[in-house]
Amino acid sequence: MRTLRILLEKEFRQIFRDPAILRLIFIMPIIQLLVLPLAADYEVKDINIAIVDQDHSSYSRQLTDKISASTYFNLVIYTHSYNEAIRGVEKDMADVVLQIPPSFEKKLIKENEAKLFMALNAINGVKANLGGVYLRSIINDFNGEVRLDWLQFPRFNPQPLIRISSINWFNPLLNYQFFMVPGILVILVTLVGSFLAALNIVKEKEIGTIEQINVTPIRKHQFILGKLIPFWILGLLVLSIGLLLARIFYGIIPAGSLLTVYLFAAVYLLAVLGLGLLISTYTETQQQAMLISFFLMMVFILLGGLYTSIDSMPKWAQIFTMFNPVTYFIEVMRMVVLKGSNLYDIRYHLLIVSGFGVFLNSWAIINYKKRS
Amino acid sequence: MSMEAAISVSDLTKRFGDFTAVDGITFDVKKGEIFGFLGANGAGKTTAMRMLCGLSLPTSGQANVAGFDLYKEPEKIKKNIGYMSQKFSLYGDLTIRENNRFYGGIYGLTDQQIKEKTQFMLEHLHLEDQADTLVRALPLGWKQKLSFSVSMIHDPKIVFLDEPTGGVDPITRREFWSMIYEAAHSGTTVFVTTHYMDEAEYCDRVSIMVDGKIEAMDSPSALSKQYNAKGMEEVFVQLARKAIRSDN
Repeated sequence: MRTLRILLEKEFRQIFRDPAILRLIFIMPIIQLLVLPLAADYEVKDINIAIVDQDHSSYSRQLTDKISASTYFNLVIYTHSYNEAIRGVEKDMADVVLQIPPSFEKKLIKENEAKLFMALNAINGVKANLGGVYLRSIINDFNGEVRLDWLQFPRFNPQPLIRISSINWFNPLLNYQFFMVPGILVILVTLVGSFLAALNIVKEKEIGTIEQINVTPIRKHQFILGKLIPFWILGLLVLSIGLLLARIFYGIIPAGSLLTVYLFAAVYLLAVLGLGLLISTYTETQQQAMLISFFLMMVFILLGGLYTSIDSMPKWAQIFTMFNPVTYFIEVMRMVVLKGSNLYDIRYHLLIVSGFGVFLNSWAIINYKKRS
Repeated sequence: MSMEAAISVSDLTKRFGDFTAVDGITFDVKKGEIFGFLGANGAGKTTAMRMLCGLSLPTSGQANVAGFDLYKEPEKIKKNIGYMSQKFSLYGDLTIRENNRFYGGIYGLTDQQIKEKTQFMLEHLHLEDQADTLVRALPLGWKQKLSFSVSMIHDPKIVFLDEPTGGVDPITRREFWSMIYEAAHSGTTVFVTTHYMDEAEYCDRVSIMVDGKIEAMDSPSALSKQYNAKGMEEVFVQLARKAIRSDN
């Protein structure tokens, strides 16, 4: 016990003497939490539209007005030449082209049917997709108004009208930040837990102090605990700072119990600390540890359900996410913070992450040798 | 193995793949002796020393260090030896006092013992004013003397010094050697590697390693006589010239 206390004392001294680590622990969460959720937003606004009006009728103008009045679209080009509109797309001025062909109005009145043409710049798939959807719904609306103008008797309406009303559970205002902030917190905790710990151990290898430690009668488990406990505490500290910032700046107050969040985080940290320890046993320099960490972090973030929904990933990627500890914590955070899930609801997550912890730590401990 | 031996090694070998770094070395080091372990760069000195300290597992051979078997009781050996590696290995971001507290603590010294040891060390090295200075801010010579003192903090039976005076000025080197003598006088066995042949002359006995094998072993004066040389420098050059292995 005394040995462990001596080790912890030394570790904390070094951590709090290292300005880089302090910055990482206190400034990184602030920046990540304050900047990223504002920037990483899926809501598509400001879609630039080019309208090719070859009809110049009152209907074509009504439709144009309706579109440009929408908050989603900026009318950037209004022309009668389709080629000009496409050039606008090529110059990246316009995202969407809507062509209103000649005699649009005439056909609509006489034949009760008219065609419009929509061309989408699909370089940014999300924007094109959503742009198309928004535009379609505006046109549908317009369609409804026109029908109202012409068919005074709705009972003759050949198409039955279904009205859909919806309610958004757990995040009624569809606030994207409510979705992002808990996820980013997970990434922060993961960074501190695994990679800071890995770098810390590898640093001792690099400067040679680990040799000095290895010639002492210190036990393997003492050394490992001495390294893991400080980062376990720092991980929980970062989580606390993050939760505090989320409350102050985004008004995110976990719907579920904080105790559940902390309990899961405590177990989760054991798993990622195991990962950090494992990385450190396979690397000799901080540079190597950095590169491996960076690679893993990319995979964890991109396949962890932070930005993209796991449900929409291909099957193989979904299977892969099952082996990503970050996935579980992100899910748990969203469940507890937004939905108010309790310990019973997250029991499988807890069990699986405990499994990760046991597996990664055992592997790392077996691989850690005092004698080469 | 006689009871007088602090270190007793027989046929100790370490291979890294096809490369035999240490090739069946056999020797005894007597208690309280200053044993100089010489050899050109790449001769296998550090590897041999790392095996004796329990940092590296031998491929074959037997060794007994401080009365304990290298294979069966490595942790007992560790309680009884001190080691100062080629690389400076105190924590640069801790102060002298904190380094002492750490190393003393992991060797199981009580707070009181650590305090006394630290006080003695600071006075001895004339570093009283620097007790709370970060170690990385100290000049190399002081750092080396400090490393040596820290490796002796638990009064080990044997202390292993791997090129302790590399890059150190002549005055500090002399001071360093007087510390080594003091340690030997108080009964600690000193196992030291060096490239300075004047230092080799200070040793009770020396061994010279060439290409992983011990080529010569005796007191410096006996070796000079045997190789018909004026001093250790000539003995060393005669032996090291036979080396086939390149410098690196």
